[in-house]
Amino acid sequence: MSKARATIYGWLLLGPAFVLLAAFTHWPAIATLYHSFHSTARRNRPSVYVGLDNYQGMIDDPVFWQALINNFWYAVGTIPVSIGLALLMALWVNEKLAGRTWLRLAYFTPTVLPMIAVANIWLFFYTPDYGLFDQIRGLFGLRATNWLGEPGTVLGCLIVMTIWKEAGFFMIFYLAALQSMPPNLAEAAAIEGCGRWTFFRRVTFPLLMPTTLFVLVNAVIGAFRMVDHVVALTAGGPNNASMLLLVMIYDVAFRYWDVAYAATLTVVLLAILGTVALIQFVVLEKRIHYR
Amino acid sequence: MTVSKFGRRGFVAGGLAMAGAAKLAAPALAQGQTRLNFYYPVAVGGPITKLIDTMCADFERENPSIKVQPIYTGSYQDTIAKTLTALKSNDFPHFAILLSTDMFTLIDEDVIVPFDDSDQAWIKSFYPAFMENSQAEGKTWGIPFQRSTIVQYWNKELFKEAGLNPDVPPKTWADQIEIAQKLTKRDASGNTSQWGMQIPSSGFPYWLFQALTTQNDVRLMNPEGTRTFFDDPKVVEALQYWMDLSMKHKVHPTGIVEWGTTPRDFFERKVAIMWTTTGNLTNVRTNAKFDFGVGMMPFGRRGGSPTGGGNFYVFKKANAAERAAATAFAKFVTQPERAAQWGIDTGYVAVTPAAFETQRMKDYVAGFPAAAVARDQLPLAWAELSTHDNQRVTKALNDGLQAGLTGAKSAQVAMAEAQREAQRLLRPFQR
Amino acid sequence: MSDALAPRGLGRALETFGAWALAIFWVAPLLYCVWTAFHPPEYATKFVLWAPLSVENFVKAWNAAPFARYFLNTFALVTMVLAGQLVLVTLAAYAFARFEFIGRDIAFALVLVQLMIMPDVLLVENYLIMAQLGLVDTILGIGLPYFASAFGIFLLRQTFKGLPKELDDAARVEGAGVLVTLWRVYVPLARPTYIAFGLVSVSYHWNNFLWPLIVTNSVETRPLTVGLRVFTAIEQGVDWSVITAATLMSCGPLLIAFLLFQRQFIQSFMRAGIR
Repeated sequence: MSKARATIYGWLLLGPAFVLLAAFTHWPAIATLYHSFHSTARRNRPSVYVGLDNYQGMIDDPVFWQALINNFWYAVGTIPVSIGLALLMALWVNEKLAGRTWLRLAYFTPTVLPMIAVANIWLFFYTPDYGLFDQIRGLFGLRATNWLGEPGTVLGCLIVMTIWKEAGFFMIFYLAALQSMPPNLAEAAAIEGCGRWTFFRRVTFPLLMPTTLFVLVNAVIGAFRMVDHVVALTAGGPNNASMLLLVMIYDVAFRYWDVAYAATLTVVLLAILGTVALIQFVVLEKRIHYR
Repeated sequence: MTVSKFGRRGFVAGGLAMAGAAKLAAPALAQGQTRLNFYYPVAVGGPITKLIDTMCADFERENPSIKVQPIYTGSYQDTIAKTLTALKSNDFPHFAILLSTDMFTLIDEDVIVPFDDSDQAWIKSFYPAFMENSQAEGKTWGIPFQRSTIVQYWNKELFKEAGLNPDVPPKTWADQIEIAQKLTKRDASGNTSQWGMQIPSSGFPYWLFQALTTQNDVRLMNPEGTRTFFDDPKVVEALQYWMDLSMKHKVHPTGIVEWGTTPRDFFERKVAIMWTTTGNLTNVRTNAKFDFGVGMMPFGRRGGSPTGGGNFYVFKKANAAERAAATAFAKFVTQPERAAQWGIDTGYVAVTPAAFETQRMKDYVAGFPAAAVARDQLPLAWAELSTHDNQRVTKALNDGLQAGLTGAKSAQVAMAEAQREAQRLLRPFQR
Repeated sequence: MSDALAPRGLGRALETFGAWALAIFWVAPLLYCVWTAFHPPEYATKFVLWAPLSVENFVKAWNAAPFARYFLNTFALVTMVLAGQLVLVTLAAYAFARFEFIGRDIAFALVLVQLMIMPDVLLVENYLIMAQLGLVDTILGIGLPYFASAFGIFLLRQTFKGLPKELDDAARVEGAGVLVTLWRVYVPLARPTYIAFGLVSVSYHWNNFLWPLIVTNSVETRPLTVGLRVFTAIEQGVDWSVITAATLMSCGPLLIAFLLFQRQFIQSFMRAGIR
């Protein structure tokens, strides 16, 4: 096929998807950047170009820094643990443990329960004194804890919920990968006297690397996108201890109606996500051998 | 985003079929049909939507040339977000119920029009406390409709157990500490099994805090909504009192107390006295398995509570006929008989003194005296915190309060910082 | 895989115990849901073995909101999004995998941008665009920004590239056109990838909340998540009994479907392209 024909076919095939991408990703991203250099229009005060004023305001805004730091810990807390647990779950349900079917179902349930609905169930778990966790702690004579009401524990509580939500979902991908591994590998390893842990470290884990990359991308996105339970439970409180970037953007845009500042914050979020994407696809892809 | 606040679901004592209600003095309306979109901040399908549907139907029967289409838009927060976005499109509401505290925001966004002041008798018929954040710049921008205040609820059984008179709640701030101490139970290991009292502080602590500041005789903002007084010594003192309840006297749970689980804490006898909205009256009546009391909150330097809840607003995008029709609807539903029935059905405070003078309300109060507590507290009530750039200024205060209550900052520092932030936000409005 | 290396004796017992302990923690919210939904409100926070059963919570929840409608909306949304995605993503992935066209690398880079910057992050601008298109408060408006999924394009491109090019040529020799080749050769062979992608897509849109919250106004368009938020608006205090009943009603169908089809589901998923 000639290059010219290939170009016509290529763009015709790509066209529909590309138009939508441009309309709902590229154009909004550029518009966001544009708005971040302008002021928000108010009564008698139309929007004007303000240069870097919005960015200066953002740097001076302690809530922004807190949201950024919280989001960092939120990512650090959720990503490795949910991936590790997902792998562990997959290894377990891949073996012939008693009640494997039920285990799979149990691990998978969070995927079908929307976060907004289960937020209130978790609220019961975290309620001081008669909440589930405190009832259990009470059996051991431990004191009641105001889990969601103390700045020191609230973010951890939300991280636990996110891990709970995501690990079972990631497990499915690991499970699929494990099931497609040739069984003779393990047999050969057993004959050579290779231990289970060594086998996992030397054979299974490297073979799972592409899945890990795939899951990692999803986990990183989740760390910036999964905020439904924050919105429902704490709204970023107490005193911004659980404020995350996307929650803040929502607040600024749809509660304060400060479109310019919301755009500025969005630019930061875009920059973070863009950088992470770059690292993942440039650095990591080199190390992973696709088959 | 905070959840919408203040009561909105009550039990339905009966329909609103009020045959023979006073005929409305309908204003001269343009010929032909006037269709109105009416945004209403409640979830679909609850008992309140049935009341509103009935109300609209009754109104249409008396005013055949007007058609009112209620659109149920969820919480107050969701409703104002939707209202402001919809007003930028071609499918917009002509009038809506939104928080009374949103008045300045709506003025600044230039989306509402003031009510016609010609009917002074109607404007003056409401409780003055409700009108405080319905009027600005000498005009009336909102008409009170579903309004509430804060009261205290107490568990009479726990009062008896503690050797207290079950019919006498705390009357003063000092009294309150003493009584709450008697009501707080600890086991040998220092674990508290029952708290004396609690004031919820999640989401929108400023509202309950304003009960404390009102009782300490200090206002949080000027009537123009351009200045706040968060660093006033009396405000700091009010916060210190709240912090002391948990940190010094240890009669109040520590950290942030969840608004949503507070009624449940009360039902579970985990707490003996709670402060919350009058909108919870029906909920408590249904679910408390013990004898409970409802009363005015105790006095500090004075008594009182902030008001809360929603007002009618008419939007600028509506044309003259639509504005007139929307005003007619607001008049229709706030006449005494209807306002009384609305209060009885929902638990909201009836908005005019005249409503409390109706036979139907008198009978109701006679059978359920708790319903009158809010009314008796109203003469002492002040406007809820409302300023320009309201959500942000309120957030500054909320953050300061939560910093104080979680022990991150002293009351003095927390309020000074909140004031500084509020001042920064309000500077553009202090021309 | 590891039958030969499977743990034995004490190790096996410990692992089984661990797996079950984790599973119980994982399923605890659902167990609590079932307990509370079927008991009177007094037992929402107390677990007494012989507490009386009741279905009244379901009646209350059912009457409090049009769940059937919400369910239908979510179902329509998820189906529409998936259908749209499958078509667009297949065409685009094929273009990237098999055509060396001018501007391909730039175009691919531009597609990858969306892998990280999902429409959720661009809430404000996307709302403005929807308002201009007149799609606010429509199910199409909720779904449209997601039709062109970079994730799907990326995934499917990998799969298509992994298929032997000879198949393509053979089909061409037989006189099949581009679309016919795609439909007859590529699509059937990429089935596992479609299933994997389908799962991601369905679970994403089934659970999506913030964007639908912003873009919908009425019962006719609200998906379940937004409808359920009604119960999380807790100004009157949380009523766990009704919340759990509502949650069960809305998630029950999907749970049951997974329970019934999980074996087939995992098996077909197993051979998915991402490994």
